[in-house]
Amino acid sequence: MSALKDLAVGDVVAERTVHLTRESLVRYAGASGDFNPIHYRDDVAAAVGLPGVLAHGMLTMGLAVGTIESWLGDTGRILEYGVRFTKPVVVDPETGADVTVVAKVGAVDDESARIDLTVTYEGTTVLVKAQARVRTT
Amino acid sequence: MPVNPELAGRQFPPTAPYLVGREKVREFARAVFADDPQHTDPAAAAALGYADVVAPPTFAIVVTDATLQQLLAEPDSGIVLHNVLHAEQKFRYSRPIVAGDELTATLTVTGLRAMGGGAMVTSESEITDAAGEHVVTATSVLIVGEGDR
Repeated sequence: MSALKDLAVGDVVAERTVHLTRESLVRYAGASGDFNPIHYRDDVAAAVGLPGVLAHGMLTMGLAVGTIESWLGDTGRILEYGVRFTKPVVVDPETGADVTVVAKVGAVDDESARIDLTVTYEGTTVLVKAQARVRTT
Repeated sequence: MPVNPELAGRQFPPTAPYLVGREKVREFARAVFADDPQHTDPAAAAALGYADVVAPPTFAIVVTDATLQQLLAEPDSGIVLHNVLHAEQKFRYSRPIVAGDELTATLTVTGLRAMGGGAMVTSESEITDAAGEHVVTATSVLIVGEGDR
């Protein structure tokens, strides 16, 4: 694992796989207040033409950045964090879904680094331009 | 375009203050798999110089949500909730949100353009603390589709 002051483009600073279940979605709904039923009701998801119940995009965004927090030490080092939501994560009622996050240094300057988060589910990238700019000084 | 063009540039009134509770931060941290102790243990947060547990970065969306509800409820917006897709989200932080913060959010529609038969709406919610200091700005891009149901 790379020290903050000694980062090179391409370094992998953290990675993990998070197993989501329907319980995870209900928990996130309660914690966030986003009770859109496409995140817990198969019938509603099907009625609007979705391939299944989907994870909240903001849950995926949240667990992605959580991957780098222990490496960073202090969440206050995060200056900016953004994502584009491109593909849904379908959470099977029995087998759930595994979301894999790899955090890599994308750019470095004197005071900060851009950490690029590659977030995939079943081999497909689900967030595009998932980038956090972190203070390194 | 399924969105009223006059929304561009509109600023909404500040939301009612949101008091960030320690247990809410813990609940949210658990929900987003943010397992670092700074989110749950006041002593770990204090060791980093914070007055109480530190909210995960995306907790700002909980405070932003009240502003997005204002936007969606605007009678002349033309936006039908059923047709809204959250396409992009970005946060720019002055500092993390910490339990005990009393936060107010003010939304401005900063971008509006037609996209096929739909529209892309960009909004910026500026979140400030009880002292009026900037904490985080949340930028949301919504794609609004056609149709009235």
